[in-house]
Amino acid sequence: MNFPFLSVITFTPITAGLLILLLPAERKTEVRVTALAAAVFATILSVYTYFAYDKTLGGYQFVEKFEWVPQFGIAYHVGVDGMSLPLVLLTAVVMLTGVLISWGIDDRPREFFAFLFILATGVFGVFVSLDLFQLFFLYEIAVFPMYLLIAIWGWQVTREYAAMKLTLYLFIGSVIALVGALAMYFTSGLGTFDMLALERANFSVGFQRFWFPFVFFGFAVLGGIFPFHNWSPDGHVAAPTAVSMFHAGVLMKLGAFAALRVGIMLLPEGAKFHAPWIVLLTVVNVVYGSFIAMVQKDMKYMIGFSSVSHMGLVAMALMTLNRTGYVGAGMQMFSHGVMTALFFACVGMIYDRAHTRMMPELGGMVKKMPFVAVAFIIGGFTSMGMPGLSGFAAELPIFLGVWNAKAASVVRGYPGWLQWLANLAQQPWYFPAIALISAISIVVTAAYVLRAVQKVFFGEISHEHDHHVGDVTVLDKTALTILCGLMIGIGVYPAIMAPLIDTGVAAILKLLGVA
Amino acid sequence: MMIEPYTPAMFLSILPEILLVGLAGLIMLSDLVWPESRKRGLGLLTSVGFGVILVVALIFSRPAAPAGNPLIFGGMIRDDFAAFFFRIMFLFSGAVVALLSLDSPGVGRKGEYYAILVSAVLGMNFMAAAADLIMLYLSIETTSIALYLLAGYLRDEDKSAESGLKYFLFGAFTSTVMLYGFSLLYGFTGKTNLYELGGALASVPTLAVVAASMLVLVGFGFKVAAVPFHFWSPDVYEGAPTPITAFISVASKAAGFAVLLRVMLAVFPGAESYWVPLMAAISTATMTLGNSLALAQKNIKRLLAYSSIAQAGYALIGLAANSKEGLAATIFYLATYTLTNLVAFGVIILTSRIVGSDEIKDYAGLSRRSPGLALAFMVAFLSLGGMPPFAGFFGKFFVFAAAVQQDLIWLAFVGVINAIVGLYYYLTVLKVVYLYRSEHENEKIPTPRAYAFALAACVGGILLLGTWSTPWIDWATRAAGNLF
Repeated sequence: MNFPFLSVITFTPITAGLLILLLPAERKTEVRVTALAAAVFATILSVYTYFAYDKTLGGYQFVEKFEWVPQFGIAYHVGVDGMSLPLVLLTAVVMLTGVLISWGIDDRPREFFAFLFILATGVFGVFVSLDLFQLFFLYEIAVFPMYLLIAIWGWQVTREYAAMKLTLYLFIGSVIALVGALAMYFTSGLGTFDMLALERANFSVGFQRFWFPFVFFGFAVLGGIFPFHNWSPDGHVAAPTAVSMFHAGVLMKLGAFAALRVGIMLLPEGAKFHAPWIVLLTVVNVVYGSFIAMVQKDMKYMIGFSSVSHMGLVAMALMTLNRTGYVGAGMQMFSHGVMTALFFACVGMIYDRAHTRMMPELGGMVKKMPFVAVAFIIGGFTSMGMPGLSGFAAELPIFLGVWNAKAASVVRGYPGWLQWLANLAQQPWYFPAIALISAISIVVTAAYVLRAVQKVFFGEISHEHDHHVGDVTVLDKTALTILCGLMIGIGVYPAIMAPLIDTGVAAILKLLGVA
Repeated sequence: MMIEPYTPAMFLSILPEILLVGLAGLIMLSDLVWPESRKRGLGLLTSVGFGVILVVALIFSRPAAPAGNPLIFGGMIRDDFAAFFFRIMFLFSGAVVALLSLDSPGVGRKGEYYAILVSAVLGMNFMAAAADLIMLYLSIETTSIALYLLAGYLRDEDKSAESGLKYFLFGAFTSTVMLYGFSLLYGFTGKTNLYELGGALASVPTLAVVAASMLVLVGFGFKVAAVPFHFWSPDVYEGAPTPITAFISVASKAAGFAVLLRVMLAVFPGAESYWVPLMAAISTATMTLGNSLALAQKNIKRLLAYSSIAQAGYALIGLAANSKEGLAATIFYLATYTLTNLVAFGVIILTSRIVGSDEIKDYAGLSRRSPGLALAFMVAFLSLGGMPPFAGFFGKFFVFAAAVQQDLIWLAFVGVINAIVGLYYYLTVLKVVYLYRSEHENEKIPTPRAYAFALAACVGGILLLGTWSTPWIDWATRAAGNLF
């Protein structure tokens, strides 16, 4: 029996969270140190796992499996492949940096870190789950602490509304997907929730086509897919900084990842069938999201809609059903996670000191917090897809993948209005046209990012801010350095991640039968 | 099904009930001899008594594994695992409720209060085991009359008196209708044993059987507070002493389910094509109405009353699925619900003792006044809402799974949508607890040791059922196997 890396990574946060709850409420420093220690420990293990994964072997590694509820064929079954491993690393990084920048939280830090860490366990758990039931179980655990985190520590103005909206959206999505999962369980006749077995269950084509939208959209709600995206900017804005980081950085990936693992990988025929029209929704995500971001005055709303736009690219890449697109999706999930975490960290630091996030009221921050300015600009360039940063390494393959995508040649069986669309999707220009339209978003992104940089960091500083605003702490700088380092590292040397993701993609393509 | 000839060994299987009678006597006796200053010990005595009987039941009254589920005492009682499972639940709830009553004003130091509580549990135990119409009716009445008294126990308070009277009037009426159904069954067949009735009814016209089953359902529907027989429950829940509200909401409901499951499956298999769809309809109505009315509540006890109606609706999904898995899901669901609601009411009892009100808005600041109680409250409400890693998640998962398995996908979707509505109002309460400030938030809420113990045991149970469910599902499946 090897060391159970994945279980230890998954359960470190919740164990630390429960320990923290046992500490007396006044011992705030002890609470923070415990939290940091747990985060560092999880990060070290994640980094080790990341580099210890054997790329030549591929497939699921670090597998652990125990019976859990044998009556229903439910097992505790974890393992990582090339798709999930970067996301495990991402979660650890966001958790670590989130703890660093939340050091100053003074209202009930004990409960704050405990809830945040329960959430982290849920997130790790979903990424490593190979059992469908376990995936749901941990998915819900990742969702509900969010409610309290936003409602208690969030922005007074919208927190109650946003927290409730977010929780209900995500819960609705997940329970609808759950019914789909139950249908798979009973229809397969295998009596197991093991996803590796369900992949080979040979569901009928009709079954897959019927259930795919339920399962895919049920999860993709959390990925922010249009038209179910609108919980997300509200949630980001209302959440406290560390929670926004977690939320946009990691939770949205949870949705996209689960939609891929459960929707596309277990129901591949459904994915082929529905891809031509779902891809249109993702275009709306990408383009509309970026335009909405451009008209925002509140920095957090801008980043929130920017996330909708960038996550739309992930969903679009998932609909390409080809290798380039999927590698791009994997890269983009990681890159966007790091980038958004950085953005929200920066905005949080500005807001804590200037007490406003309204861009027209801000200005000249570069004088007061040069470090944050540099970090924000690096993040901005990543967001625009500048070569040399991780955003480029992620978005280029996505656009290539979309350009080269082909609609599945199975065109029978659509209802009338879809048949028309399916015929259209057969045209050789359909996917290239989608790629071109989506490319508009790159220009728009450049516009709003540069405008934000100009307004907030340069320009005139207001008299009041000149007096009050000071520089950020060492812990904040450490967090920003880690995040920037990752973006630059992957941008300069994508080979540190792309081949790994490629091994995961190969398995997906095999299921789709397009290898 | 053979009726076993009498042997003295049969007494072992009703040993818990014999001991319960003894316990009631002991309580009355102690009430007479103990001085006023020691009266708090009565609740402890009751609770420990229930605990001891629980252990005795586990050791002596557990049916042997390959039992033939004999009908004993002339066919009055069936000694099977389903009865055993429910008895354990009743004894456990009795023990917790006795602890929760300790410091309750007006009831905590009254010997006859605890004695009546014990006799209610006695009646429930027989409800779960009864295999004969006569026995069934007697046990239902033993339970009900005890509960009417308990609900109206605070006779100087208008609300409690109203609660007791209302409960009695509704109960007596539905009980009469049910008895009419029983008399029809006897008239058609000349038999009273549940397990003989099923076969004998095969030669009776279906319409007549359906009519009898509807009349019987009125009585059972009242016990489980299913729509449209739910009207009593919010008023009774609000007015009764809170420990009794807890008791009615869990044990009495579970007892109702015990007889509902047994009678429908043993007596009316012939009318299946009528009552199974009806169950699905009742389940839908119960969930939907309970949840939608809960949305508007301002009083925590009324909110939980409507929530309990909705919870009965989820449990009915398992019966509507009409399969062994479905029944197991229902039974498991009841176990999770029992633990969860006891915690919720425990917190309410402790809070209202200090706060002096049951209005939801007065729960503001609870998380600062007592972080531990707030946490227990959160566990209970999230478990009611069906969130992992708490018991309620598994409970909901299994009933929905049972529905999907029987191709009742629409019913699963109805349940799922209701779960969302439910989560909404559970979260609204948690929001008040965790988010809102109050001017009293520096006054701590003390938790007496007995209460802390009771709450910790139930919270532990919620987590246990919510993570390591395997053995309990086995129990529920075995119990379901005895009924189906």
